[in-house]
Order: sequence, then structure tokens, then C-alpha cells
Amino acid sequence: MEQEHTGRLSDEAVANGPAASLREDEEAPLTRLHPNHVKALRVHAMLFAVPLIIAALALEAAGLAFRGLALAPMAIFCVWLVLLMPVRRHNARGYDMGADRLRVVRGILFRSDTVVPFGRVQHLDVAQGPIERYYGIATLTLHTAGTHNASVSLPGLAHATALAMRETIRAHVRRETL
Amino acid sequence: MSKPDSAQPGSVRHGSTGRLDLEEGWRRTSPLGIVTQGLRSLRRAVLPVAAILFSTRSAEFGVGIAVGVGIAIVTLNLLVTTIAWWNTQYRIGSTDVRLHSGILGRQARSVPFERIQDVSLEQGPLARLLRLVEVRFETGAGGKDELKLAYVSQEEGAALRETVRARIDTDPASAQSAVAGGEKAASSAAEETPLFTMGPRRLLVFGLFEFSLVFFAVLAGAAQQLDFLLPFDLWDFDGWEERLAGPGAWLAGAGPSVRVIGAVLAILALAAVGLITGVARTFARDFGFRLDRTSKGFRRRRGLFTRTDVVMPVHRVQAVTVSTGFLRRRWGWHGLGFISLAHDAKSANHTIAPFAQIGELAPIAHAAGYKLPGAEIAWHRPSKRYRLDRAIMSAALPALAALAAAALGFALVAIAALVLAAALAVRHRFLWQHERHALDERQVLSRTGWLAPRLMVASRQKLHSVRIVQGPLAQLRGYANLRFGLAGGSLSLDGLPLSEARHLRAAVLSSIAAVDFSQLPR
Repeated sequence: MEQEHTGRLSDEAVANGPAASLREDEEAPLTRLHPNHVKALRVHAMLFAVPLIIAALALEAAGLAFRGLALAPMAIFCVWLVLLMPVRRHNARGYDMGADRLRVVRGILFRSDTVVPFGRVQHLDVAQGPIERYYGIATLTLHTAGTHNASVSLPGLAHATALAMRETIRAHVRRETL
Repeated sequence: MSKPDSAQPGSVRHGSTGRLDLEEGWRRTSPLGIVTQGLRSLRRAVLPVAAILFSTRSAEFGVGIAVGVGIAIVTLNLLVTTIAWWNTQYRIGSTDVRLHSGILGRQARSVPFERIQDVSLEQGPLARLLRLVEVRFETGAGGKDELKLAYVSQEEGAALRETVRARIDTDPASAQSAVAGGEKAASSAAEETPLFTMGPRRLLVFGLFEFSLVFFAVLAGAAQQLDFLLPFDLWDFDGWEERLAGPGAWLAGAGPSVRVIGAVLAILALAAVGLITGVARTFARDFGFRLDRTSKGFRRRRGLFTRTDVVMPVHRVQAVTVSTGFLRRRWGWHGLGFISLAHDAKSANHTIAPFAQIGELAPIAHAAGYKLPGAEIAWHRPSKRYRLDRAIMSAALPALAALAAAALGFALVAIAALVLAAALAVRHRFLWQHERHALDERQVLSRTGWLAPRLMVASRQKLHSVRIVQGPLAQLRGYANLRFGLAGGSLSLDGLPLSEARHLRAAVLSSIAAVDFSQLPR
């Protein structure tokens, strides 16, 4: 059943096409990440927000802050964190799978744009945390032999897409060598 | 193993969890591995159990609670370990080694055979007792992220090693060359003319620049450690005062001219000690320095008391550095270093020729396949905006401090802080003149620093990745840092105009992608 699930998601990802909202680039347009990535980011943000809300509630219960004075700003912050931030983060990310290289773009304040040629990939990881697993998405990580920026990870791919990309890259490694 | 993996991606992991879903070629590690884990958790349970025993020693069921908690910890650990073991599966496929693991999440690692440099077997005492081994597939990715199977049976481990080694198509001769190089080179290179040597005269000059006051640190340390050997108490200040008041009283009575002479003498003594220390250390470290180009690579011998003999294979050299000092630069003295992924040295930067004129360094760099920049090279500067922003930012903090000090009425502190702010801003004025980068057909060059500039020359082909990084200010002002993935070191061109960063990246990527990693000599 899950097989079906991931299969459907990968179709969506392909249909989604290049991202229009990503910033101008004279290089190839970026492919957007899977829509479920936003949901997964939201769940992560929620897990981060819950202790904050509890802390605000505790502060008010203990009488250290007037009613609503701690909770209201915290609630507004958490709404921003859970509802708006994941969308922005999702929009800032993208990748471009070239013929012999993978480009990974991410970050809002601190923007990073990395290109790893397949010929330099040492090994590959496809990883899913529990939340990612629930949403059928995965993180693809490319490891190189460099000392800095040695690993480049690309989160928010449909699991099937991540596996397919891994196969493509691995096949390239092999072909190049033979 | 026969069908392509992409046909049914992840099918192994996503079958129903209840049945034994090992597909063709997939294996689990030895179940005996759970036993070693269980014993390890037993050891971990000792401390909490002891704590409970201690805190409930007066209670009626203290021992019972402690034993119960101990059993619970071990059982829980065993349960988790067993599930983890069940979910950990590996496969020696036709093109790669795969490892799937994870309890709640799922991790899948794939290591292509082409990248495996060696398979090593490790065995702790407990594993030895149970006839188990830990198999590590080493890829040269810095050693940290390699694939590890803990544990499989000894026979399985040996078989795995044979299987994988048979599929790695590097000839063993070249892999061993780095190890065997030292002894073989010793006989053949003796008669060749060395690439670089340093005689006593050169060492003396070198030593003078290596001025060091480490002697005093050693002295202070020794005084602290060995003060019981002295006939008086070194730290007894009353005693010192007495000595000064008694036999040393003439010091206080001497005129100001005597004091000035005394101060000058003290400074001269300090300088002499510093110089002598520098020369002595240099002689001890670099005596008989000799660099040869042997068939196996660069061979460096040096040392007076401990003589070291190091062979650095040419293909391991990722980049060369030319560094200098603030003072020695006036006379044209530079040092050459190699950056490599060698594990044997503490620092990745290998000293190849520590003290030489540029004219002597160029042939050595050339022998390693690098070309030091000449007059023909087109240097580029970072963005002007970047330099301006950096100057403002570096001066901002001391300037603020100056303002605060002025507000509080500390005039001297305010002036000092202001001078510091100005100095930091001026530094960037000179960095603007000195920091630069260039790209030639085969190399990336970067020059950093002002008073003691450092040049780094990296081979374009041997880079691993290229990243463009922009902080908030950089995004606003349109510049970026260009960071290269370099094995054994870091190479970053900071503050380039964004368009230039993109252009450089495209150029370097085309040379990286042209050659596969496995085809680079290793």
C-alpha cells in the first residue's frame, strides 16, 4: 500500500515542474521539492512550538506575567513558525538534477547553493525519519571526499524520487569508471 | 541481485513488517551481535542499579527494586537492539554495497564498489570470544562516514572481504605503493640530486626568524614543577622584599641612568635568549633537511635528535601553499607546504620546504604538478562592497566601545578603542590591495593576508564540490563566498560579486566533472 502511496507522490513531484518563485538564475531552473515537505516541516515546527506554548502557559500560571501577556505574543510567534515559515523554507529550496551533477539550493537568510558532480560522490544515503516516513518523503545525501562541505543533503524528495535519483547517480559513478 | 534495483525501489523495506522479508541477496548481521550489545547494556545498567541500591538501602524492598530496574534496563535495551538488528540488512550487490537500518526512521546507504578503497576487519575481545568481526568498508571520505557492519561471523567477514576486494578493480600494486615507498626509495634515491636541502648557514638564518620566547614559558613551568629543589621559596614575596632591602639595596639607590641601562640589558638578554631558542629549535627540527623526488613521491628527511623520513606520494597532493612571515618576507623568504588527506601527520599541511626563496620553490611545486603564479596571471579582487562592509563591521564594535567609554568618562580607554577601530578599518584598506584570486587552465589560486600573505594553489580537477554561500548582508549587497570542497583543507574565495562566483563555479565544475574520482590517481 505504501508502495502505491510513494508512486503517486512521485508523479505529483514530476508534474509540479520547475519552481517559478525561486530567484532569478541564469543557470537551469530548479525543481521544487515535494509538497509533503511543507507538511513535514510543519510537524517539526509544531514539535518545536509546543514547549514554547507550555512555557508561556507556565509563566502565566505562576503569576509571573499578566494574563495573555506571555501567551499572546508566543501564540502569534508560533502561528508564524508553524503556518508561514515552512512555506517560505519550502519555497527557498530546490534542486537541479543535471546530466553529471546535482545542484542543491537552500536557506532564506543564509543562502547556500551547492553543486556536486556525480563523479565525486563517494557514497549515497537515503534516509527517512518517522515524520518523513509518514509523509512518504526522504532525504538524499551525497558524500564526497572533501574535508569541508563533504556531505550535501537534499530533504523533501518523494521517497521513490530519492531512490530513483540514487540509482541514477550510482549508475553514473559506475559508467564513468568503466 | 539479478534484477535492477530501480524496478522496485525500497521493496525490501516496505513489505509487511511481520513476515521474514529478506529478498534475494539481503542478509542480516549475526544474531550473536545482540549478545555483545546485551552485555554492553548490562555494563551500562550497573551505575543506575548501584545508585538505587544506595538510595534505598534502608527501605524494605531496596534490593528488589534495584534488581527490577536493572532487569528492566537490560530487557529494554535487548528489545531495542533486537528490533534494530532485525531491521539492519545488508547486501553485496552487483555494483554496490547496501546497508538498510533504522527502527522508526529508515536509513539506506549505498557505497559503489568503485569507491571502496579497502575492507578492514576489527575484533574486540568480546567479539573475539564469540568469533565475530566488525567489517568496515573504507571509502576515503575522511574515515567518519564509511559503512560498518557490526557484527558478522568471522567466516562471513573474511568472505565479504574477499568478495568485495575481488570486485574493486584497482591493482594492488598501486594501492601499496604509498606504504612500501619509504624503504624502496631509500636505496635508489641516495645518489640522485636532492630537490631541496638546507645547510647550516640557511638553518642559522631560518632560526633567527624563528625567534621564540618559549624558553621563558618552559622556565616558568619548570619553576612551578620543581620549586621544591630550590634552596628558597620562589613564591615568597616577603622573602624577595627582604633580599632587595638587604644585599639588593644598592639597586634602589642607583640613579635613573643605571636603571635605563638595566632595562636595555634586560631587553637585550631577552632578545638573545629568544634568538638562541629559535636557532636551537630550528637546528633540532630541521638539521640535515633534504627533499628528494623519488619514483614514489616526495621524500623528506630532517631532524637532529629525532630523524624523520616521510614519503608523500605526488598524487596525494591536493593543493600547495606558499606562506611567509611579516619580517622574513622583507628578504624574500617563503615556505612551501602540501595539503593532502594523509592521516599520519597531525596537521594536513605538510612542510615541504620551510625556508626558501621563491625561485627555489617553483621547481618543487612544478615537480608536484603545480605552477606558481607568474606575472602573466590575471588576478581578481573581491567585491568592493564586500571590503567596505567588512571594514565597517570590524570597526563597529571597538567604535561602539569608544562611544560607551567616552559617555562614561574614560577618555584614555575611548581613545584606545578609537585607535583600534581605525586600525581595523585600515587593515581592510590594505587587504583590498593584497587579497586576490585567479583561475588558470588547471588551477584555482587564492592569496590571503596582508602582512604575512599566504598563497594557495589547488588543482581544479581534484576539487570535490563547489558551494556558493550568501549571508543576509551578502544577499543585500550582491556578493557571495565561493567554497570549494578540498580534501584535507579548506579553500574559500570570499566576497566575490555574485555573477563572478557563478562564472567561476561553472568553469571549475566543468573541469571537475570531466574526470571521475576513481580515475584520479590515488
